[in-house]
Amino acid sequence: MKYISNTPPEQKKMLQEIGVEEISDLFQAIPENIRFDRPFDIPEALSELELMELVQEKAAKNLDLSKFDSYLGAGSYVHYIPSIIDHLILRSEFYTAYTPYQAELSQGTLQAMYEYQSMICELTGMGISNASLLDGASALGEAVIMARRHTRNSRVILPKTVHPAYRNVARTYGEPHGVEFLNVPLQGSQLNLDSLAEELDDDTAALVVQYPNFYGSLEEMEKIAELLENLKKTLLIVVANPIALGLLNPPGEFGADIVVGEGQPLGNGVNYGGPNLGYMAIKDDRRMLRQLPGRLVGKTEDVEGETGYVMTMQTREQHIRREKATSNICTNQALNALMAAIYLATMGKKGIQEVANQCYQKTRYLRARLAEIEGVEVVNQDNHFNEFWLKIDRPETSLEEVEQKMCEKDILPGVNLAEMTDQKGLLVCVTEKKTRQDLDNYVRSLEVVLND
Amino acid sequence: MNVPEGLYYTEDHEWLKVENGVGTTGITDFAQEELGDIVFVELPEVGDEFQQHDNFGVIESVKAVSDLYLPVSGEITEINEKLLDQPELVNDEPYQGGWIVKIKLSDEEELDELMDTEEYQEFLEEEA
Amino acid sequence: MTEPLIKEYGSPGRKGYSLPELDVPEENPGERLPAGTVRKEAAELPEVSEVDAVRHFTSLSNMNYGVDSGIYPLGSCTMKYNPKINEDVARIPNLANIHPHQKEKYVQGSLEILYKLKQYLAEISGMDEVSLQPASGAHGEYVGLMIIRKYFEKRGEERTKVIVPDSAHGTNPASGTMAGFDVVEIESNERGMVDLDSLREAVDDDVAALMLTNPNTLGIFEKDICEIQQMIHEAGGLLYYDGANMNAVLGYARPGDMEFDVIHYNLHKTFSTPHGGGGPGSGPVAVKERLAPYLPVPVLKKNGSEYYWDYDRPDTMGKVHAFHGNYGVMLRAYAYIRTAGGEGLKEITENAVLNANYMKHKLKDTYELPFASDSLHEFVLSGSRQKKDGITTVNIAKRLLDYEQYAPTIYFPLIVKEAMMVEPTETENLRSLDRFIETMKIISREIEEEPELVENAPHNTVVRRLDEAKAARNPDLRW
Repeated sequence: MKYISNTPPEQKKMLQEIGVEEISDLFQAIPENIRFDRPFDIPEALSELELMELVQEKAAKNLDLSKFDSYLGAGSYVHYIPSIIDHLILRSEFYTAYTPYQAELSQGTLQAMYEYQSMICELTGMGISNASLLDGASALGEAVIMARRHTRNSRVILPKTVHPAYRNVARTYGEPHGVEFLNVPLQGSQLNLDSLAEELDDDTAALVVQYPNFYGSLEEMEKIAELLENLKKTLLIVVANPIALGLLNPPGEFGADIVVGEGQPLGNGVNYGGPNLGYMAIKDDRRMLRQLPGRLVGKTEDVEGETGYVMTMQTREQHIRREKATSNICTNQALNALMAAIYLATMGKKGIQEVANQCYQKTRYLRARLAEIEGVEVVNQDNHFNEFWLKIDRPETSLEEVEQKMCEKDILPGVNLAEMTDQKGLLVCVTEKKTRQDLDNYVRSLEVVLND
Repeated sequence: MNVPEGLYYTEDHEWLKVENGVGTTGITDFAQEELGDIVFVELPEVGDEFQQHDNFGVIESVKAVSDLYLPVSGEITEINEKLLDQPELVNDEPYQGGWIVKIKLSDEEELDELMDTEEYQEFLEEEA
Repeated sequence: MTEPLIKEYGSPGRKGYSLPELDVPEENPGERLPAGTVRKEAAELPEVSEVDAVRHFTSLSNMNYGVDSGIYPLGSCTMKYNPKINEDVARIPNLANIHPHQKEKYVQGSLEILYKLKQYLAEISGMDEVSLQPASGAHGEYVGLMIIRKYFEKRGEERTKVIVPDSAHGTNPASGTMAGFDVVEIESNERGMVDLDSLREAVDDDVAALMLTNPNTLGIFEKDICEIQQMIHEAGGLLYYDGANMNAVLGYARPGDMEFDVIHYNLHKTFSTPHGGGGPGSGPVAVKERLAPYLPVPVLKKNGSEYYWDYDRPDTMGKVHAFHGNYGVMLRAYAYIRTAGGEGLKEITENAVLNANYMKHKLKDTYELPFASDSLHEFVLSGSRQKKDGITTVNIAKRLLDYEQYAPTIYFPLIVKEAMMVEPTETENLRSLDRFIETMKIISREIEEEPELVENAPHNTVVRRLDEAKAARNPDLRW
């Protein structure tokens, strides 16, 4: 095993120092009757070359996104990733560090986290951001139980326009705390505002709104904010796509109390859905801050008055408050948050606007062209950011067939909604990486498939 | 360790000063020293009623959290709002500016259960 | 030496990115989107060049310390070397560039790797079925406890209590609360192990589970594990194994053989995946057969030669991640296990235990060793002797930084005063161990001869002792 550097003579010397004969003598505390007494049924050690050969062989069984023109989104997005990100995070002082317990030797991680927090606040229009949570869905789960604690109420309105997996995760998190989840049905591709108005009452702990929603549409945020105006305690939790916030009014402007979401679109690859990062930002409220889950980095000074950064308000966290902590989270997604920070810094004020605008314009272009095809409907019409809900109404062709035939043309045409919801159609995602040629090809291919 | 005369003390390291049926309470010099730099004090509201030994608030240092317990039963008549912005008063002046709440005693007999200065000093020595 | 904030590098109009020109007709988004949804003012992000960003983050990295920099003896964190080849594996384009909504038939290679990883994790722990979904150790604990919750719910038993020893990781009690249980703490005995009498007192019909780390956070193996497990199981409760310390027992003992019902792993500890300054991690959960129905949805299965995700799990505890967990971390752990091989895993544990015992032996005369019981991969010293000279453990830790070595985990476990929890791991060589030992001895001498040197440490780091009280009293959390 090449990662153990002590040689047998060195090991022997160490054993002599300790005063035992054999390494196995060090394990005497483990009772005989529970000792594991056979070799593992795990193959023999591989050299680097053998390992790479083996893994390449398995990798070859995948058809990765480079083999397709992919329109898959639904929570995981393929955006342009500046080259510098991977180069910088591979600096081993970042990459191989643990949680910054010793602040004086971890200023790099800590300052980068402070910058991450700052940029998430800028983007979301919120006052305070934590240093990341595990992913977007679990961040929503944490937000729900935070709202439960903060308001001491148990009703949470979780409309059907929220990502189905996020709904599932939120329910899993909320259930042990007696959270009662209420649905709001769809109206077209938006949540039904009348139903929402009926469900909202003084005892509602929180309303969750996804922005843009799972089906790609923007909810009527101004109207929703109006509905909440008279409910003093009810928190507005917004699940926002951070890239969309380059173009869209930030949730802070609509009076959001907690904003969460998946930070993966910010400079992180798709990686089959992980690792990515959950972000969480709240309004600037001291009482709410004390309920916030996850690590926080704060700015301070050293004994000589030099600026420095530390993990702060740790009494909220599990290692100090144990069973009374605001969450059990310890390990977060620090490296992914660093990637998001480098992304936001590199793209910057102009870049994030340009990415968002290109996503929007290209989506609009494809949406408009597809809507011209007979038997094809875009449920969202012109209310969308970078995803839309495509319905295909051709009695002679099933959606599965369409998918299959598009795949044969090397196009992944979108996520089949039937896999995750009780709705029919495809959820089509377009990002700035698409060219007009790609989009025209999608349209042409679909026409061919439908008229085959 | 400063243990002033004329106060009552508890095993939770709280002190109590009683004047005209109203008690003022805080944490002792020993307690603030043990906790380290105090960064936050969570206070009850005026009018809240508590039984003796009830948890009425929380005090936090950088790396520790401690519940606060009332030495006697009664109603909160005043809270030290200065602590919200200057929690360090608990470190700097635990028996003066660092007081936490005032309470109208509902049962003065409870005082008999508390320690006096000498007893608390002995208690501290035993603890050590 | 301080590094300015990234925004201070900025200059209006400066750009660090390049995108192709928009090649479709452009429209004003405000014309079509719902009222008020278009952003009025741009987010105030930095405006820097690529060079600015590279210089800035490089300079931040120079203010950091990783396991590639030197020893990282954080107890219970298992900061072993992170093999570089694992990074190459995780970056193979066919493996990395796959979308979570791609159909199973397109990702069979990845699913095969994940399936094998599940098999290895089941074999190493002696358990039957595995979920790779939890994204961290604490996430794994939560899933494990929710499985237990579901199990009793299904059986119609109302069990409200989870027992946690006072030496446990803080995540254990916090996870108990997250999963809706009342947490009952029990004391350790004078040997640093679970006190059987306290346990007996705490065990009743309300107990859902006992959470145990074995070896515990003192590095001490709970010798009475057989009695403990009997006591819990006879009361109808289940046994949860916190796998943070798995590096101590690979090939020597398996939680499954100790009759544990649920365990979580930390792939970022035992299986060498880099921790990235606090994450990502991965916290797979392994269970005995009878608990398999309650695993998070979906579960990876094999049918003939095909791998697929099984969503038909009516008794599932639910879901804790939008997709399948930290897949990229799993690839690295798979590579690590294959590089080590079955026998290599045992050697890893042997050397981890040897290194820790060597250090303990060399340091126990200089610093107090509060528990003399045999320990495995980590040990806990106390700075209480030094505290009598007015120097606390945090001072010792900070002084270590001056010698360009990371400090142990301090003030944990809570049952040891002035605790220093040391876990060198198997990848440190004798020279590095000796250097740490020597430094600890030097610091002890400094405490006698020049205490203010230690008291005011660190002196050589980029910043000196930071004011944590100021940070917490007046939180400055953003620019």
